[in-house]
Amino acid sequence: MGKVRGGRVKFDPDRIVMSGGATGAHEMVAFCLADPGEAFLVPTPYYPGFDRDLRWRTGVELVPVVCESSNNFKITRAALEAAYEKAKEANLRVKGLLITNPSNPLGTILDRDTLKGIVKFINEKNIHLIGDEIYAATVFMEPEFVSISEIIEEVECNRDLIHIVYSLSKDMGFPGFRVGIVYSYNDAVVSCARKMSSFGLVSSQTQHLIATMLSDDDFVDSFIVESKEQLFKRHEYFTLSLSEVGIGSLKSNAGLFIWMDLRKLLKEKTLDAEMDLWRVIINEVKLNVSPGSSFHCDEPGWFRVCFANMDDNTMEVALLRITTFMHKHNEAMVPRKLCRRASLKLSLSRRRDDFMSQNMMSPHSPIPQSPLVRART
Amino acid sequence: MEFTRKNRQLLSRIATNDRHGENSPYFDGWKAYDSNPFHPIHNPDGVIQMGLAENPLCFDLIEKWIRENPDASICTAEGLDKFKDIAIFQDYHGLREFREAVAKFMGRVGGNRVTFDPNRIVMSGGATGANETAIFCLADPGDAFLVPSPYYAGFARDLRWRTGVEIVPVHCKSSNNFRITRAALEEAYEKAQRSNINIKGVIITNPSNPLGTVLDKETLRSLVSFVTDKKIHLVSDEIYAATVFSSPRFISVAEVMQDMDCNRDLIHIVYSLSKDMGFPGFRVGIVYSFNDDVTNCARKMSSFGLVSSQTQFLLASMLSDDEFVGNFLRESSKRLAKRHHVFTKGLEEVGISTIKSNAGLFFWMDMRPLLKEQTTKAETELWRVIINKVKLNVSPGSSFLCSEPGWFRVCFANMDDKTVEVALDRIREFVLQGKEENNHEADKSQARAQRWRKQNLRLSFSSSRLYDESLMSPHMISPHSPIPHSPLVRART
Repeated sequence: MGKVRGGRVKFDPDRIVMSGGATGAHEMVAFCLADPGEAFLVPTPYYPGFDRDLRWRTGVELVPVVCESSNNFKITRAALEAAYEKAKEANLRVKGLLITNPSNPLGTILDRDTLKGIVKFINEKNIHLIGDEIYAATVFMEPEFVSISEIIEEVECNRDLIHIVYSLSKDMGFPGFRVGIVYSYNDAVVSCARKMSSFGLVSSQTQHLIATMLSDDDFVDSFIVESKEQLFKRHEYFTLSLSEVGIGSLKSNAGLFIWMDLRKLLKEKTLDAEMDLWRVIINEVKLNVSPGSSFHCDEPGWFRVCFANMDDNTMEVALLRITTFMHKHNEAMVPRKLCRRASLKLSLSRRRDDFMSQNMMSPHSPIPQSPLVRART
Repeated sequence: MEFTRKNRQLLSRIATNDRHGENSPYFDGWKAYDSNPFHPIHNPDGVIQMGLAENPLCFDLIEKWIRENPDASICTAEGLDKFKDIAIFQDYHGLREFREAVAKFMGRVGGNRVTFDPNRIVMSGGATGANETAIFCLADPGDAFLVPSPYYAGFARDLRWRTGVEIVPVHCKSSNNFRITRAALEEAYEKAQRSNINIKGVIITNPSNPLGTVLDKETLRSLVSFVTDKKIHLVSDEIYAATVFSSPRFISVAEVMQDMDCNRDLIHIVYSLSKDMGFPGFRVGIVYSFNDDVTNCARKMSSFGLVSSQTQFLLASMLSDDEFVGNFLRESSKRLAKRHHVFTKGLEEVGISTIKSNAGLFFWMDMRPLLKEQTTKAETELWRVIINKVKLNVSPGSSFLCSEPGWFRVCFANMDDKTVEVALDRIREFVLQGKEENNHEADKSQARAQRWRKQNLRLSFSSSRLYDESLMSPHMISPHSPIPHSPLVRART
């Protein structure tokens, strides 16, 4: 965990508490910090699993902190205060704020100022801050990742309010191993969480493997570097290819996905229109992407698209499908308007040539069975 | 005070109550052990751990299998090609091969009288997680479950802590060998109804922890018909199913259901490999419900405690090996039987009886004759003597909610043969000392004898036995005998 944060923070092994994946970690933290009927604030858009992990068996509520595309979904003090007030009006006692940094689904990281502002906010309100840093090692480009663990060294705060959720599912690619971690700066929470970990300990067989693997400094250092390299390459190629057909995405430097902007493809700016578009993407373009509404995004038209879980060939197929679809769509639109509005770099003529030659390679071309793809079942 | 109050404001009720049960005296013995663990060479005067129901007796067989099956591990050259797919696999249905292997194993353990459906196999974080998941599916905060006592101390946490559900004990008595009678169930149920407690079901552990006995067909049928009548659930924790080492054989509730008129939607089984295979570290908990809704719900909840795919993969392979499994189950029973016999015979020889048992990793020891008076307080005093003077961590009956003081659960499987001898020596010495003291007080002795007779205890006690040559030989008596370093003991620390 320290290495992933550039060696800028030291983590105390005695505060490392296991849980059944990050799924179990979140539930466990909710059980420790809140009673049924109490609430956590969560900036939108957020990972849909939170609705289950934080609420289902705990009876805890989630109150969205609405973030908007107009300022790149930044978490502002105003938004936090508004959410806090809204909870109060609904007679919900807010016990904490949950942030995911790097963000799922945005793929962005929180800047230092925002983090400091957040820590100040929770301190003032005397509520907990839970930082889900499950994507910490997927930051593949500047700016550098800043962890809550670093910020609390710089900002005065009550450490009893600070807790981190971590996992090896994304950074190492081991979701099957169910390695969830709760790291709290609050002794009572560590103690309680440790007792609760009995409900979701990591298999000792897996602990043993991970202990050995992650103690191998050379391996870990080169893994982290290589992983970022691969993610960077994939991300760049993907976003570039998309922009070539007029599809933009939120500028991001982390995560295993991009936050794709299809607002201009919507018939109207409504949830229904987003669902219609989504059905088209699933059924006609044949790509399973996730609609923004499933992440509680306030604005329709955004889609999360994962780019890491496939081999290069499959990615080409996916991109081809998208370009085919966009080509059809662009033909139906006025090209000039499209260019100006999106400010995208288009080399349409070149694209058409490419497309014509690729016409021979329909989505039905036999493609060698990818073990990666097979594993998705 | 300040700390607690501050925490109470900051943290949840669950975090600040003690329904996790770790403040119970059950764990004091652990603490005594942890601070002074027995080691044959480094700490021969230390406390011997006899409070941990673990089963390492057949690890040699497992190690052999692992050596011969390197492709069952994703970390060997032979299994490496599977690493990627397994590491990525987080489907909460679990690996098909794993479910099939576990279903087959459960069937074999039940003597192949039942076939278990792999599609009903749902994972959980050990039996700990399985029991909690079952409760989350079946009951709301404030509801209650009837649990025949004595019962596993961990239920206080697993069934109640985060679920908010209550336990209503159904006290069973030694006078009929702690049998679960229909009358006792009905009485407990009625009493709960009168107190406005909503009973949602019954939890049984079969084979029993701490008794080490199995439920007979009649009792099982009675339980199934009781829950069907009352329209409440029956959760059968069968975690010790394969530890049955002599007759009568294990009968699963699944078997009994087959030829009974009952509501299958009310029947659920909790299983695990922690005791039968000796793999508590692998956290293999199973919820097996005959109710489709419960299966679906539990499966969704399994996300909170899935079995590591690496472990699923290993066990899928191991448990599909019919020959290995057959041999393992046979050998395990044999070794448990032998160990059980050595202990119970050794205890008999000094006049300590145990409840007649044929399963489990422990026996239920009757120390009532040694109590100053028949109270929990006296039991606790005796227990402290056993921990601090005899230096054995055994578990007092009160920690299992036993209504009669004087019973102790003693685990016998989690040590090597030499440590068994040391433990027996210490017990013999303690009992002999106690009896020497008593012989000076004729009245007390007589009163005790009367009590023994009243309670129908089987004693092979005669004064000549006390001075038996074999008991007096220094080798047998001294706990300081050099004992080769036991890996089993080492594993306990």
